[in-house]
Amino acid sequence: MIFDILESLRAALASIRAHGFRSFLTTLGIIIGVAAVIAMVAIIQGFSYTINQQFEGLGANSLTVQSYTPLTERLQGRIARITPDDVELIGQRIDGIAYITPILYSQNQLNQVRFGSQSTATQISGSTYTYPEVGRIYMAAGGRFISDSDNLTRRRVAVIGDEVRKNLSLPEDPVGQFIRIGEEWVKVIGLAEPRGQVFGQNQDNFVILPFNTMRSLIGNQTNPDIFIQLTVSDIDQMEAMRERIVTLLRAAHKLSSDRDNDFRVQTSEQLTDTFTSILSSVTLVMGGIVSISLLVGGIGIMNIMLVSVTERTKEIGICKAIGAKRHQILLQFLFESLILCLLGGLAGLILGYGIAVAASAAIPNFPAAVVPLWAISLAFGFSALVGLVFGIMPAAKAANLDPIVALRYE
Amino acid sequence: MALLEILDIAKEYHMGTQVLRALDGVTLAIERNEYVAITGSSGSGKSTMLTILGCLDKPSEGDYILNGKDVSLMNPDELAEIRNREIGFIFQSFNLLPRATALANVMQPLIYNGTPLKQRKARASEALRHVGLGERMDHLPNQLSGGQRQRVAIARALVTKPSILLADEPTGNLDSRTTIEIMKLFDELHAENQTIIIVTHEPEIAAHCRRIVRMEDGRIAEDRMNARVAAGGAAHAAQEPRQVQP
Repeated sequence: MIFDILESLRAALASIRAHGFRSFLTTLGIIIGVAAVIAMVAIIQGFSYTINQQFEGLGANSLTVQSYTPLTERLQGRIARITPDDVELIGQRIDGIAYITPILYSQNQLNQVRFGSQSTATQISGSTYTYPEVGRIYMAAGGRFISDSDNLTRRRVAVIGDEVRKNLSLPEDPVGQFIRIGEEWVKVIGLAEPRGQVFGQNQDNFVILPFNTMRSLIGNQTNPDIFIQLTVSDIDQMEAMRERIVTLLRAAHKLSSDRDNDFRVQTSEQLTDTFTSILSSVTLVMGGIVSISLLVGGIGIMNIMLVSVTERTKEIGICKAIGAKRHQILLQFLFESLILCLLGGLAGLILGYGIAVAASAAIPNFPAAVVPLWAISLAFGFSALVGLVFGIMPAAKAANLDPIVALRYE
Repeated sequence: MALLEILDIAKEYHMGTQVLRALDGVTLAIERNEYVAITGSSGSGKSTMLTILGCLDKPSEGDYILNGKDVSLMNPDELAEIRNREIGFIFQSFNLLPRATALANVMQPLIYNGTPLKQRKARASEALRHVGLGERMDHLPNQLSGGQRQRVAIARALVTKPSILLADEPTGNLDSRTTIEIMKLFDELHAENQTIIIVTHEPEIAAHCRRIVRMEDGRIAEDRMNARVAAGGAAHAAQEPRQVQP
């Protein structure tokens, strides 16, 4: 039996080599299908890696509170907000909070920063001394972050990212320089360590002011929408705290029992879960498309194999006349389609990896393409399955040819 | 005991509602080392005889005992094994594998009986040398002349050391000069004690054989010894007026 397998393999390889270009065209469907799988998996893996990195900093013991306007309400012109009052209320009424970090993002009219004749657009936000925990920023030597007293006294001070420093042509150590935000002069008290880019987004283009300073810059009469980051002191109390915050905010926002929350309280786990579920549905949809392409590839293989059996009917007849048994003919044709599929799988693997590498190189700061072992075995397993499933019919047809009929075939 | 023995065999072909009886009660015994021609006009049943004798097909009725084994009871795979071990086929149109070299063509039947590669090569090249093609082993069939192709086919038939060499119009596609060469090769093989059965409609070819079986309407019409060949080579030479001196 081993002898038969080896000889069938030899014959199959010889036949594939004899029809080089046709073999290549035959496997093209498989090549494209497998390349799609590998490229897709590598890119999605990269995405989830990056997203996990993003959320890792939030920590397992943190909760986020942000406003949420359902589409129907948005259409009615109602925009939900988390207000400074909400921040205060949560801070006062909820026990077990280690830190509460409000983050107030600048409105459109307030994102121009100037220094001398230089001017740049940036993301300006207001926050408190707990922000470095949330935003994962580290201060460069020589500066400091915003302190609690900066916030309480609404000091005009700012921490800037490295990109802002470059854009404004500030010196290497910008501490002590004054920049202008709107009509206000703000003193730079610290420079954050560069963080690089994620998905082509520069992570160093920001200015952080004390929360209260930011509020007064925006103007106290407007109701800003605040993003709140909470750290709980007892991780077991997470769920209970989440519920308490929901109850508190529903009361504060005077929501009647038939209305949905106009905010969301989420644990970092929930945030990652959301992304993971989005990613897995993307994977499923892509997987569906890819399996269709592999199916089409398999049909292509079957088609060519059937043509090949017909074309070689006479040869099969000769082989049978000189003593080939059915299983020997069957194995040869089955191996031929199997090898075609596996070669296609291999070519697809290389091509797909190439696409993934190119894609991750084209997207700045995208993590290096990683093709996990399971994807490789899946691609090969599927190719082999396609080869067997779509090869068995032509092979059986060849094996069952009547030697006399086959010999007389012209 | 005879090498092969067919007992009252019949072969019927169904064509729609019609039944064609290609063989109608044929009984024949061939001994080891015989040199037999089966002749007859087209439609006489000689081609059907060839497929039955060659184990490519089974008779509808009757028994076929080959080398002590009842072939008429075998399944397709057992028949394939018999074809491989007992029978060497030689066809009118050579039937070589077009993409395989002469050597690979001769090695092919040895694959099916499980001969390892080294032995296959050795035995195949020996068989090719035996038929005078030692120099052309690496040629593809389309790089060889008709006579050379038929020699490759004969080497392929011989390489498994079969009990019977079964040739179907072996010179039908060859010119007269090559025909003489190929028939000389058959004569030599016969001299080496090879059993040979040639199916032909040409009297000149049949004349080489020791025994001539003439078929007619699916029956044996005549089964005689060829007196002239048995008497000696002189008559044989006289029968080939077109012979070219080397």
